[in-house]
Amino acid sequence: MLDAIIQGILLGGYYAILAAGLSLMLGVTRFLNLAHGDLAVLAAYLIIYLVATWHMPILWAIVLMLPVMGLLGWALQAFLFARTMKGGFLLPLLTTFGLGAVIQNGIYGVFSSDVKSLGNFIGNLAWASWKLPGHISVGKLPVYIFVASVVVLVSLQLLLSFTKLGRAMRATTLDEEAAELSGIDARRIQRATVAIAMVLAGLAGAALAMRSLINPYTGPTQLIFAFEAVVIGGIGSLWGTLAGGIVLGIAQSLGAKISPQLFQLFGHLVFLAVLWWRLKGSGSLGLGNLLRSLKGQSIKGESA
Amino acid sequence: MLEVKNIQARHGLLQAVRGVSFSVAKGEVLGVIGANGAGKTTLFRAITGVHADMTGSVLLNGEDISALRPAKRVAKGLAMVPEGRRLFPDMSVRENLQVAGEHGRRGDWTLATVLDALPALKPILRSLAGNLSGGQRQAVAIGRALMTNPDFVIMDEVSLGLSPIAIEGLYESLGQLKASGKTGIVVVEQDLRRAMAFSDRIVCMLEGTITLEGASGTLTHDDITNAYFGLEPEAHERSAAHA
Repeated sequence: MLDAIIQGILLGGYYAILAAGLSLMLGVTRFLNLAHGDLAVLAAYLIIYLVATWHMPILWAIVLMLPVMGLLGWALQAFLFARTMKGGFLLPLLTTFGLGAVIQNGIYGVFSSDVKSLGNFIGNLAWASWKLPGHISVGKLPVYIFVASVVVLVSLQLLLSFTKLGRAMRATTLDEEAAELSGIDARRIQRATVAIAMVLAGLAGAALAMRSLINPYTGPTQLIFAFEAVVIGGIGSLWGTLAGGIVLGIAQSLGAKISPQLFQLFGHLVFLAVLWWRLKGSGSLGLGNLLRSLKGQSIKGESA
Repeated sequence: MLEVKNIQARHGLLQAVRGVSFSVAKGEVLGVIGANGAGKTTLFRAITGVHADMTGSVLLNGEDISALRPAKRVAKGLAMVPEGRRLFPDMSVRENLQVAGEHGRRGDWTLATVLDALPALKPILRSLAGNLSGGQRQAVAIGRALMTNPDFVIMDEVSLGLSPIAIEGLYESLGQLKASGKTGIVVVEQDLRRAMAFSDRIVCMLEGTITLEGASGTLTHDDITNAYFGLEPEAHERSAAHA
């Protein structure tokens, strides 16, 4: 049991990185990016390509890929997402759903449907572990990913609390029109936010490919996990995202402890229980209602 | 000079503003009055760029800013204190001011000078804006607009919902701003006597058009009341006599 809980907590670190980008984007731009998981997988494939084909050191490949993902996010917001946001609530969902399908099929077309992993390129880190009392084995890689997630979230918190960009992001989250009237170019802030979200997706993709096998159709499942972590932890609440990821990870690990087939089911059940609790008494299970129920947990800064 | 020429603005099928033109000089105070639904808020939202469904032109210091987004208009020197204050509730008072200072123009208005002009803000700098009283929120909203170093500031429904004491304090601060002569002020005010006392000129709006415009000293209370309610002078006098 303790072993499963530890594994769940560490798994939550990966979910937190993946969910932080989704949460940040949803909070600042009110845009639910259904291609978030696919973009993470795309980044993973590109890193694998650089490492496997160009024999680039894995760390260099990740460092190179993150700004590329940032630029991709900036461009997506400028030329695609911002335009669809003018078309009501449904158009962004359809657009990003379509974008996800394009990415999946693009990866399939270029890299085939073979499973891939970065595990082959990280030496014994893929299986190295520390032995704890009670026959508990803690993998080094999951610990490093968890530490990375904490570093990422602390960095984001510092960015939001103490920088000009962070304050503008929070102001835009709270009231886009008032932000514009305060001189903030909300469109530019939204582009920067999506760029940061894509960097986080790229980082999550690298972590995913290091700790497991991926294929072109892995993205939608990762999106569901990220969304579940966001709902459990609260939109825009960075530490809530980590908490949500950990709760989801523990639920999945405990499910897998009972039976490997219950890994995902337990996570979904916890998500549904939290969703029901959040929407209790609101009279509707619509997404708009969900966003309203989570609105109180907007991106927090120094004053919160 | 802020010049507004033939502004027309719609809410869907409803034409809320019908060909409004006026100008304000730097250092001048223009009082705008009008009943609810007269089109005042829509007009000023159109001037600042947040209401997009409009035609006409807005010239700031001779430059046409009609096609610019609200943030770009702020960068040119036009600020607005919106109706309802619209503060960032989960951010502190300091952050509300700071964020405007960081994205507005450089100039004489800094956090220190804004706090000197609005001393009521000093003890609440660390408070969340969402926890403030109406008067405090209005002071923060004005401070936030000043932090952008505007040449012209539009204050929509400046005293709406405030207590008499808060209104006194507010106009004391606005009086100092007016005395500095650096900023043109457009103030939307429902209190006719206060609007006449504070403003150099008065504009009265009714059903989306300007029904009266003139220097405050040359207009009588009856002139403004007639324009406000759309009454013919004789009709107003008859109703006053009847009352």
